[in-house]
Amino acid sequence: MAHGPAKGLSRWLFATNHKDIGSMYLWFSFAMFILGGSFAMVIRAELFQPGLQLVRPEFFNQMTTMHGLVMVFGAIMPSFVGLANWMIPMMIGAPDMALPRMNNFSFWLLPFAFLILASTLFMAGGGPNFGWTFYAPLSTTYAPPSVTFFIFAVHVMGASSIMGSINIIATVLNLRAPGMTLMKMPLFVWTWLITAFLLIAVMPVLAGAVTMMLMDIHFGTSFFSAAGGGDPVLFQHVFWFFGHPEVYIIILPAFGVVSQIIPTFSRKPLFGYSSMVYATASIAFLSFIVWAHHMYVVGMPIAGEMYFMIATMLIAVPTGVKVFNWVATMFRGSISFETPMLFCIAFIILFTTGGFSGLMLSLAPSDFQYHDSYFVVAHFHYVMVAGAVFSMSAAVYYWLPKWCGRMYSEAMGKTHFWISFIGFNLTFFPQHFVGLAGMPRRIPDYNLIFADWNMVSSIGAFIYGSSQILFLFNVIRTIVAGKPSTEAKTWDGAEGLEWTVPSPAPYHTFSVPPQVS
Amino acid sequence: MGKIDKQGDKYIVAKLFFGAVGMFAFAMFVMPPFYNLLCSVLDINSPRLSNKKAYVAEDVKIDQTRLVKVQFVTINSANMPWEFRSQVTSVEVHPGEPTRVVFFARNPTDKKMVGQAVPSIVPESAVQFFHKTECFCFTQQILDAKQEIDMPVVFIVDQALPADVRTITLSYTLFDVTASKTP
Amino acid sequence: MHSKAKRLLALLLGPALLSANTNVWADLADRSTLNMSPGVTLLGRDIYDLHMMAIWVSVAIGVVVFTVMFYSLIAHRKSSGRQADHWHEHLGAELAWTLIPFLILGWMAWPAIQTLLKVYDTDEPVIDIVVTGYQWKWKYEYIGATPADSISFFSNLATPQDEIHGKKEKSEFYLLEVDEPIHIPVQTKVRFLITGNDVIHSWWVPELAVKKDAVPGIVNESWTKAEKVGIYRGQCAELCGKDHGFMPIVVVVEERADYDKWLNGKKAEAKKLHELMAQTFTLEEQIARGEKVYNSTCVSCHGAKGEGGVGKPIAGSKIATGPLEEHLKVAISGRPGTAMPAFGNSLNDLDLAAVVTYQRNAFGNNMGDSLQAVDVYKFKSKKSGE
Repeated sequence: MAHGPAKGLSRWLFATNHKDIGSMYLWFSFAMFILGGSFAMVIRAELFQPGLQLVRPEFFNQMTTMHGLVMVFGAIMPSFVGLANWMIPMMIGAPDMALPRMNNFSFWLLPFAFLILASTLFMAGGGPNFGWTFYAPLSTTYAPPSVTFFIFAVHVMGASSIMGSINIIATVLNLRAPGMTLMKMPLFVWTWLITAFLLIAVMPVLAGAVTMMLMDIHFGTSFFSAAGGGDPVLFQHVFWFFGHPEVYIIILPAFGVVSQIIPTFSRKPLFGYSSMVYATASIAFLSFIVWAHHMYVVGMPIAGEMYFMIATMLIAVPTGVKVFNWVATMFRGSISFETPMLFCIAFIILFTTGGFSGLMLSLAPSDFQYHDSYFVVAHFHYVMVAGAVFSMSAAVYYWLPKWCGRMYSEAMGKTHFWISFIGFNLTFFPQHFVGLAGMPRRIPDYNLIFADWNMVSSIGAFIYGSSQILFLFNVIRTIVAGKPSTEAKTWDGAEGLEWTVPSPAPYHTFSVPPQVS
Repeated sequence: MGKIDKQGDKYIVAKLFFGAVGMFAFAMFVMPPFYNLLCSVLDINSPRLSNKKAYVAEDVKIDQTRLVKVQFVTINSANMPWEFRSQVTSVEVHPGEPTRVVFFARNPTDKKMVGQAVPSIVPESAVQFFHKTECFCFTQQILDAKQEIDMPVVFIVDQALPADVRTITLSYTLFDVTASKTP
Repeated sequence: MHSKAKRLLALLLGPALLSANTNVWADLADRSTLNMSPGVTLLGRDIYDLHMMAIWVSVAIGVVVFTVMFYSLIAHRKSSGRQADHWHEHLGAELAWTLIPFLILGWMAWPAIQTLLKVYDTDEPVIDIVVTGYQWKWKYEYIGATPADSISFFSNLATPQDEIHGKKEKSEFYLLEVDEPIHIPVQTKVRFLITGNDVIHSWWVPELAVKKDAVPGIVNESWTKAEKVGIYRGQCAELCGKDHGFMPIVVVVEERADYDKWLNGKKAEAKKLHELMAQTFTLEEQIARGEKVYNSTCVSCHGAKGEGGVGKPIAGSKIATGPLEEHLKVAISGRPGTAMPAFGNSLNDLDLAAVVTYQRNAFGNNMGDSLQAVDVYKFKSKKSGE
């Protein structure tokens, strides 16, 4: 078994090694992050000042739509799948993923899906312009012709996610090293196991939603068209039945990453391991029964509003448990502030801020003012960017020495962190203000009373965006010319099987399963 | 555990795969009818509920002590050129009393067209207490060029209507379904 | 002839021109740029109070959690030579921070439920207004005692394209001004019956504490009771296509007497319009009227000089310089499958005649022909619906 990687392109095209596939996922997601980020730059440039300067409204709508789709399905989700590919086998003492060939297939579907999606921008009538939530009938009767390609792309990326999840579940359940009981698994593995079940439960629902759209568009059915006895609101129910768990699909692996890194740099075991596992499971369960809090103003009966409001407020409890546990982990530890730790501390502060605005949004009467305003945009970027993207940055810095046996530049890492932190907050905190002041989301132009904060927001976005170039440079420089860092345990406080193998991790690890006591 | 357990893999993969297929089927074939069911149970105001069946009145007692105002609103959906209005904007009725209201439609074009009216009732707490025993919304309306039609609705407000509901608004949105229903 | 046309336009566009004494009225300047507006309704203040309570609860929790965290970061840092403790469980603490949040949440839920009950209390309105969202304008219908007594009109963005494209300085009410605002009386419960014509829109006026989706085929209800006269501005809140950002809402809240005067004016105007339909106007009158219609309806796609944009250019186009009937047909039925909507329903026959006349005689299209309302009526009866 001890052969090395194949040579040339076939190493990647026919890759079955979890590390190779993990790397491909990570690079792909970074490319998508840059693509989605450049869409965001177009949006912020247009919104830099009132008036229509750079783009036409219909192109602006394509930008907001593609930014959302690419970031959610192309950048964040694949980045965590890549991390899972790299780390889960090493964390549970497995030689590889359980289904290597399916692993290859699920990765290679993604570039095709996004090629199709991106190509819609060049089609007649333009790309999808109905928002990443694609509400019917704007996305059916009134959609540009490219909507069919959009639907196909969603199907393909959904199939990719489902296969990836099946693989992760099979790996975690079947390939754990002897002695690695479920309740001994690192929290990152736990959060991914739960995430994978969420994905298998809801990606098919998304596929169902777009299939119903397809049938309404091309085969004369009336799932969502009132004229034929359908209901546009049904679309929103189906979409958010997928969409709300999707939010946790994005954030749970981030919780896992933070739960690995904070103990390392606090040099103290994670506080309340089992309550962390139960909290993750409760969040996953609650995510299935709160979806209509995205639809408070759609005209629901009051009983429905009350139920969804109270169920949504309950999510604050397990989420709070997690935050308190992280703080308790740091308390009376021995804390040092390497780049991954800085990103995790920022994660806690900013994610909690996003959690607070989430709590505010859960209150149905207040939501009648917040709904579809920039307040919502601020809220979900606090949880998505500061949640998922910050934790992903932390993960890359944390495990990069393990992946390539070289140490990143701490000075550059910290610079990246501070620019990101400042840029991020400049971008998104003012969006709370303009939202509360009455600015709707997804508009290309606005009244002068919103002008000052939008300018601040745009400046912040350019800062945050450019900080990612530094990130890319730091990573490439590390891989090519970083200071060698070959000890197995890069960080003195790190625990877990991945830190028992040499750095860089050999092409095949744990061909003989380790014994976990 | 520990060894690569190919049998175990197959078993798990099969289960998860069927789980995924099951969720797809759930979204496609269970959620829409289940939504209809929820709408009827929870009084959700949905066109899926257009219950194209007439209500059969039985054992109706007229509550002479109460008057409920019933309002009529007509809306033309996109590109529907018909003239469409109710002959009165509102009536006052006693619960239990069958009431007949006439709507007017005219096809001003020189083409035969098919229209479908979709009803919507507010407030939501009145949805299940508003019964239509006869309604032009139960069927499609086919109007020849220039044809006019008087379309009746007969309805009964249930005696069990909650006391705090004093006004019920019945709205019809008229859709052009000519394209999907050409004979 | 000209003065007749002007008087006529002044009558039809009169309500849009009221802006004389805004300083005694509440308007945009009163709105905070940092926080939610409590607005001018009891319900809006309840919502504002709930919002502020949620903020302060969040701040309080945040202060406690982050104080502990920053204390740890400073006092328990490695560089101070600290050795880490090794405990990683504490049942009491974990129970406490699971159970205490329940109490806080319950304490927040109670006022939220109370406010929600008020939001849904649409009973006993004095005035009912049907609000219909169109791509990309609003239609308002005041339900009268009889069908003849009801009035309805469209409300379009009134901001000139030159301001949007930076050729003219942006005014105070940039993108938040319309040609026909709706009027409601102060201290009066008004119910809005909200629906959509084509796609989903959402009718939002922050200071009146109303936001409700306008879904085609479904009529939603919402209400307000403004306590202060003024002009309140809002926008469509649900992405509805290209000009989602360009379909504002303006509500004039005024004393009952002023409202009655306005309403009677609108009714007289509707009657007048009816009569105008039967009249014949000169080419100049039609062009003058058509220019107004063009600037509120066509300009965002076809450009201020007819140079095109999303839509095809009108200057020198085959349609605008071709047969009159073909031109009218496009205006009435639109171009299915393109961004060109059908205006047969949303413009009245008089405006349709005027705007087609204008397009044929502006931007260097010197066709010299003109249409009258009655021609449009005849044409519709004969030809459209294809």
